[in-house]
Amino acid sequence: MSDWLSRHRWEAVLLVVLVVTIIGNAALSPFYLGFGNFINLFWLSIEKIIVVVAMAFVIINGEIDLSVASVMGFSAAVMASMQVSGDIPFLLAVVFGILAGALAGLVQGLLIARIGLPSLVVTLAGLIGFRGAARVILEDRSIGDFPEWFDRLGQQPLLGPIPLALIIFFAILAVAWVVLERGSFGRKVYIIGNSADVARYSGIGVSGVKLRLFIVSGLTAGLAGVLFAARLGSVRGSLAEFFELDIITMVLLGGVSIFGGSGTMFGVVLAVFTVLNIRNGLGLANVDGIMQTGVVGLLLLGSVLVPNLIERRRTRLPAPEP
Amino acid sequence: MKVSPATGMNRGSGRLRRMKPERVKELTLIGIISLSVVTFGFLIENYLSGRFFNRVITSVVIVGILAAGQALVIITRNIDLSVGSATGVAAYLTGDFLAANTSTGPLVAAVIAILVGSTLGAFNGLLVAYGRIPAIIVTLGTLALFRTMLSLYSGGQNITADTLPDWVLQFNQVTVVSFGDFDIRLVSLVAVLTGLGLHWALARLRWGRRLYAIGSNPEAAKQAGLPEQRLVFWAFVGSGAFAGLAGFMFMARIGTISATAGAGLELESVAAAVVGGVSIFGGAGTILGALLGASLIKTLELSLVRLPQVSEFWRDAVLGILILVGVLIDLALQRRLSRRPIAAARSDSGSSPPVTVGEHSRASEGAPDE
Repeated sequence: MSDWLSRHRWEAVLLVVLVVTIIGNAALSPFYLGFGNFINLFWLSIEKIIVVVAMAFVIINGEIDLSVASVMGFSAAVMASMQVSGDIPFLLAVVFGILAGALAGLVQGLLIARIGLPSLVVTLAGLIGFRGAARVILEDRSIGDFPEWFDRLGQQPLLGPIPLALIIFFAILAVAWVVLERGSFGRKVYIIGNSADVARYSGIGVSGVKLRLFIVSGLTAGLAGVLFAARLGSVRGSLAEFFELDIITMVLLGGVSIFGGSGTMFGVVLAVFTVLNIRNGLGLANVDGIMQTGVVGLLLLGSVLVPNLIERRRTRLPAPEP
Repeated sequence: MKVSPATGMNRGSGRLRRMKPERVKELTLIGIISLSVVTFGFLIENYLSGRFFNRVITSVVIVGILAAGQALVIITRNIDLSVGSATGVAAYLTGDFLAANTSTGPLVAAVIAILVGSTLGAFNGLLVAYGRIPAIIVTLGTLALFRTMLSLYSGGQNITADTLPDWVLQFNQVTVVSFGDFDIRLVSLVAVLTGLGLHWALARLRWGRRLYAIGSNPEAAKQAGLPEQRLVFWAFVGSGAFAGLAGFMFMARIGTISATAGAGLELESVAAAVVGGVSIFGGAGTILGALLGASLIKTLELSLVRLPQVSEFWRDAVLGILILVGVLIDLALQRRLSRRPIAAARSDSGSSPPVTVGEHSRASEGAPDE
């Protein structure tokens, strides 16, 4: 136990924050601890947290993907436009929508892994460009009228009280945990994140790993975009706009270092729980959305500042001569 | 120096090679801007009118100022994603002050806006330089935080143009000197002069050179005894001050200010700086380049919508492509100038801007201007 604690100090801190939040929320509202609210908690942000899982890989690898929210919008737009043209079965439109996301990831991945451009710049261009592509496709239209089964999958529970998106999330999470923390691919992701040079000299195909991660990131964003469209029942060019901030915040709050090389799936899941609970609790207390965003921003700053200060106190050495 | 005819050609290309990469980049940008103006001139009737020129030159002001501040921070190998929110806060608070004190003049209003911006920038700077938190995390956090504070302060109330002093609404039209239909507006002049002032300071003053030193190799800069923390702190204060000035311009330009004022400007400013050749790895790029990058983006943006074949919805898509083209040219230029085989360049690229072992070697080798 103490061994676990020393290696997972950050996760322990998160756990405490989470428990405090849950107790606070439960005291605040009698509805909070019900199973219905628990499902609700996830359902309202399910698309974001699906992308969070893929983003954790990218950041542990030492890169960043700012484009995810725009790729979500782009995928949904591709799907919606195919539905309007009406020439193909809708299921195929869904598949093409998701593949459009993977294609977006492939293009960015090639620029980053093969040509060697910084991911911050490439995905910044992607953030603006794919949002632009969604707007080019949809202009100012709002496209709805999807087949009934599609809306139902997005808006109604599938297994008992559990909706499809939630099942997908937990499936992705399980796969991600195995791949990242139990498989050789995951080891490579960590090693590259720690030092791309060391990884290269160890014979790891750095650019191949990076390329695959960006394709997966795009694919996941595409899936999330389509799921979001199903939940909303309509698609606009601005679908999922500004989600990237929340997504990256959750990953970093989970103890994943922005420099790459460290972080665990467990920490990320705890951060997801914490953010969702805080937002939910603030919502129950009638605090509006922008205020919630501010609290999450504060949490992000605190989550990095506090360990930094602790670390500095613990390892205080005689100040080096300037 | 006399050169024999046989080596004359070599001398020509040698001069290009000996030119600083920043100059090459700036000249390229000027070339691209001129080329696109000429091209649009053929495609669009009445394109080269004074009215259009005046529109471009006034609408580039806000992004231009922000790009200059952003460049200042990026040169130190950091980034400031909070400038859009800071612009909004400065615009709103200044508007609020003016609505309560309608006799206030433009100069005082601008000073207030700049002070507000600098304060926000100082907060970022403290956390980045002394709290040792990566800039991208700090400014992602303050992007949300500043916006929330503004939203709380405003209580959902907009500041409307009719409550502001009369000079505000005319401020954008004030013309210093006209050449026929072509006006040089005061706001543009202020933007260009502050930008060029900063450009000169970075190129010539000691603290300016030190900012480059920190950005191109933080470890070496620290070893050399540069006050790294203090310089980074002041770079953020500077970026905040420019965001404040942009907030003032925003207020003067738009008149009606809501709590969402300036949202999205952070990305446009980063885009302008990157297109302008400011390296995201720090240590390279100029303020003039950032200003030119902003001008190119705005020129294309405003010109494209006048093409009947292109819908207004193309704006963002084109901007995204433009950023990519900008960095690709930059990369090609860098490899060219440092004359390294592509394989070697590839082997130490491809991680994010924060300091890693790979980036150190890149930064030290990649500075080709001796």
